[in-house]
Amino acid sequence: MTTALFYILGIILLAATLMCITRRNPVHAVIYLVAGFFALALMFYLLGAPLVAAWEVIVYAGAIMVLFLFIIMMLGLAPQEVPEGPGWQRWLPLALLSASLMACTLLLILEDPAAGQKVGGFYLAPQALGEALFGRYAMAVEMVSFQLLFATIGAYLLGRPLPKGEDQ
Amino acid sequence: MISVYHYMSVSAILFAMGTYGVLTRRNAIVIFMCIELMLNSVNLTFIALSNHLQSMDGQIFVFFVMTVAAAEAAVGLALMIAFYRNRESIDVDNINLMKL
Repeated sequence: MTTALFYILGIILLAATLMCITRRNPVHAVIYLVAGFFALALMFYLLGAPLVAAWEVIVYAGAIMVLFLFIIMMLGLAPQEVPEGPGWQRWLPLALLSASLMACTLLLILEDPAAGQKVGGFYLAPQALGEALFGRYAMAVEMVSFQLLFATIGAYLLGRPLPKGEDQ
Repeated sequence: MISVYHYMSVSAILFAMGTYGVLTRRNAIVIFMCIELMLNSVNLTFIALSNHLQSMDGQIFVFFVMTVAAAEAAVGLALMIAFYRNRESIDVDNINLMKL
């Protein structure tokens, strides 16, 4: 079962990535990349890292990719014209990839309904990872939080409106 | 049976695809997405080796890689907005000067 899931997820991941790097429209590229990240998250779960799989969905697919989508929309980089005729064929590859991902998720649930330890050989419970992060590695987490703070300040400084007189 | 080499191969192909995207695309935002892709292939390597070595250290490192990726996305997209404000374009061919 794990072998079959690995191959299905690997094919979905590589196909979605290939679609992502070949799309002309940046919005389509973002959507395919999100599909690829979902496949990657399932692969992390298969490797016994459920908390990292959740982060992958929440941080990457949820936050970072939506930020990219927001910037693309804000700068008006998406093509304006809407294609005529039935538009669903254009999304057929994505629909197939998403349906396969859904099937993989259902297979995982069938395999291991209690989300326990049997799927991989190795399983790291979210509680153990959290205790390590805020115990042994607490200082590193503090430093990373400083890094995020500096990144926020840097983004603010780059994005602030220019004062009058400096503008051109 | 799936060994760690299978996961490493997927990760290597993913990294190569990200590199190809960075080298061939001209839209700066798509280049940023390809960099995120490369970071994610490294994450896959970390998780696969964490599984292989039966150790949690790989997963701890993935946490830090994700934080770096989030900070990089915030600063990078702010840079894109600043460039767009000056040049009305985010084509990397137009980004050859740091001054206005």
